[in-house]
Amino acid sequence: METVKLIIDKKQVEVSKGTTILDAAKSVGIQIPTLCYMKLEDLHYENNPGACRICVVEIEGRRNLAPSCKTECIEGMVVKTHTPRVMNARKTVMELILSNHPAECLTCSSNGHCELQVIAHDLGIREIRYAGEQSKFQIDRSPSIVRNMNKCIMCRRCETMCNSIQTVGALTAVNRGFNAAVSTAFERDIAGSTCSYCGQCVSVCPVNALSGRNTQQPVLDALADPAKIVIAQTAPAVRTALGRDFGFEPGTLVTGKMVSALRQLGFDYVFDTDFAADLTIMEEGTELLQRLGKYLNGDEKVKIPMMTSCCPGWVSFVEQHFPELRENLSTAKSPQQMFGAIAKSYFAKILGIDRKNLVVVSIMPCLAKKYEASRPEFSVDGNPDVDISIYTRELARLIRYANIDFNELPDSDFDHPLGESTGAGIIFGTTGGVIEAACRTAYELFTKKVLHKVDFEELRGMEGIRSATIDFEGVPVKIGIAHGLGNARKLIEEVKNGTSPYHAIEVMACPGGCIGGGGQPFHRGRMEVLRKRATALYQEDVNKPLRKSHENPYIQKLYKEFLGEPCGPLAHKLLHTHYIDRKEIVGLYMQTDKRD
Amino acid sequence: MDTIHLPQTKVEELHTICAEHNNDAGELINILHAAQGLFGYLPREVQEIIAADLRLPVSRVYGVVTFYSFFTMTPKGKYPISVCLGTACYVRGAEKVMDEFQRQLEIKVGETTSDGLFSLDCLRCVGACGLAPVVTIAGKVYGRMTPEKVRDVLSEYYMLGE
Repeated sequence: METVKLIIDKKQVEVSKGTTILDAAKSVGIQIPTLCYMKLEDLHYENNPGACRICVVEIEGRRNLAPSCKTECIEGMVVKTHTPRVMNARKTVMELILSNHPAECLTCSSNGHCELQVIAHDLGIREIRYAGEQSKFQIDRSPSIVRNMNKCIMCRRCETMCNSIQTVGALTAVNRGFNAAVSTAFERDIAGSTCSYCGQCVSVCPVNALSGRNTQQPVLDALADPAKIVIAQTAPAVRTALGRDFGFEPGTLVTGKMVSALRQLGFDYVFDTDFAADLTIMEEGTELLQRLGKYLNGDEKVKIPMMTSCCPGWVSFVEQHFPELRENLSTAKSPQQMFGAIAKSYFAKILGIDRKNLVVVSIMPCLAKKYEASRPEFSVDGNPDVDISIYTRELARLIRYANIDFNELPDSDFDHPLGESTGAGIIFGTTGGVIEAACRTAYELFTKKVLHKVDFEELRGMEGIRSATIDFEGVPVKIGIAHGLGNARKLIEEVKNGTSPYHAIEVMACPGGCIGGGGQPFHRGRMEVLRKRATALYQEDVNKPLRKSHENPYIQKLYKEFLGEPCGPLAHKLLHTHYIDRKEIVGLYMQTDKRD
Repeated sequence: MDTIHLPQTKVEELHTICAEHNNDAGELINILHAAQGLFGYLPREVQEIIAADLRLPVSRVYGVVTFYSFFTMTPKGKYPISVCLGTACYVRGAEKVMDEFQRQLEIKVGETTSDGLFSLDCLRCVGACGLAPVVTIAGKVYGRMTPEKVRDVLSEYYMLGE
């Protein structure tokens, strides 16, 4: 490979031709500050509009400062990254950005997690010399995402994520000059747009212009109410990331401390969504075998490939963009909703209390889960199966709020009966995990033989689209996996065209799966954060004595004492759902819009 | 898309425009140009049809429409008024002329009167600086405009309009 040699801050650097000054500097430990720039190489995400000019550097022999994110290294170049001229330019740029940014840091929910704040601090900004007009946009609150364009710095990271990676097409830059903003088609609310609530826009926003809806107060209210029994369910991906907000290395599993923290917060029972993940496998695995059986017998009406339905961002994407294929989605509810349904029937019965006095709080890596919990079909007489869904960063805030020294907490175990899970439930949190868990169970149910090698390495990895054929003793089951909605779109287009080779497809809306969810502590463009979280989940799987969902003794007990058979009448009533054509809903919205 | 109330013949013409550009997303600006020529403006339904034909998110189309000042989502009046605010016209009092049009028509720049007769816009230099300040109405040029002349000029068109 052709290389070039240059000098950056007196350091000799040799990089391959085409490398930017920014990347070259990074390779020798020089961190040039960036704001609009963001790159996640494994996910093919790159936002590089060269818009903010925070990363300017001085190049000997050039009249103007150059943006290091956009400028390629040339042989013999001499680059200086912190001369007085560079620093003055950066400060001026920062002050101009701040002159139209609300100085509300102390009351902003991104306080302490804001990239703009960090760079302003590092540049030593102590006053803003420019005062001018400030943007005044309406704040847009959807069930999952809050959009406050007064805080936007127009880096366009969200727009790149929404369009290039997720292909959702909800966000766009509108208008120009001072009136420019990131908005939706015809500047509707997020709730009236094609948004699937995946929350990836939030996960890349450097400030607080896009944030998750905050529902900590209802949790605190429920915990303070003596008439309520409050129970928690924690999704698998949360335990790999929560520690990040308390100074742990990325991918550190903090399961035991998390359980202790939830008890200390006042939860009466701390349960595990992984239990419901095992339950999901029982239902979804059985459904897959039923569909496959019919398909292999020549039934032409059966919908194959079956697509997973655990991810609410993916489900709303299908309902909105491909409603004609919604019957390909498994009818099994997501683990969050299965947990809620079982807690408010089976567990309320065990406690001998009315479901209205049982409050189910889910802790999720996800913003779409808030929307999912609010869907009317997931409630009984107006009482939701999952009362409140909060995301990982909200839990971290609650822990600090309640004076809990997280780092000093002892480890403790989940409660029974809804806290027991297998390794199969754990790996739901990463791309490929759901289908691997399903294969472990479906294989044994289908072949009536013991599966000795439970690790399906061929289903793992960070490639956006993966496929594998699993041999069910002579029956080859073809599996497709996608993470990120743009990759999922490619697989579902094949289904639409009738060219899909698969029997089953797993989709997670977020890049990396739930570990990269919109509610997780921010990765800030560091791909290794996501990789380490995935590794942690597979390690936890290996550590578990049981690694197949159907071997979970509490799942076996639940079917024996309460549910009956997987996919039986009661299981169907409680654990399965239906999907709607959301294209129509958006259509209805347009009609009311017209009357206005 | 049953909410569309555009005349069917024009909708078909719009599909033809898109097809003539091979439904190519790279031709979006040219297609919007032609569509505005056809409808006089770019209402939501027109943008939705273009987005569907070009297989683009409608948000993208809307983003482009709102970025370029040439594109408009408001129907133009029967007699579009443009007041030149270029340097020469400006220093000779074009702003006062503009204010007077706004006051008499009871609309702001970029808007159209409720009877659909007039729309008001500004532009930068028509190349007739010797006549500054310049106003054009439906293609006709009025030079050396003053706020006092606005009423008389408008009344010409009110008579035509009736």
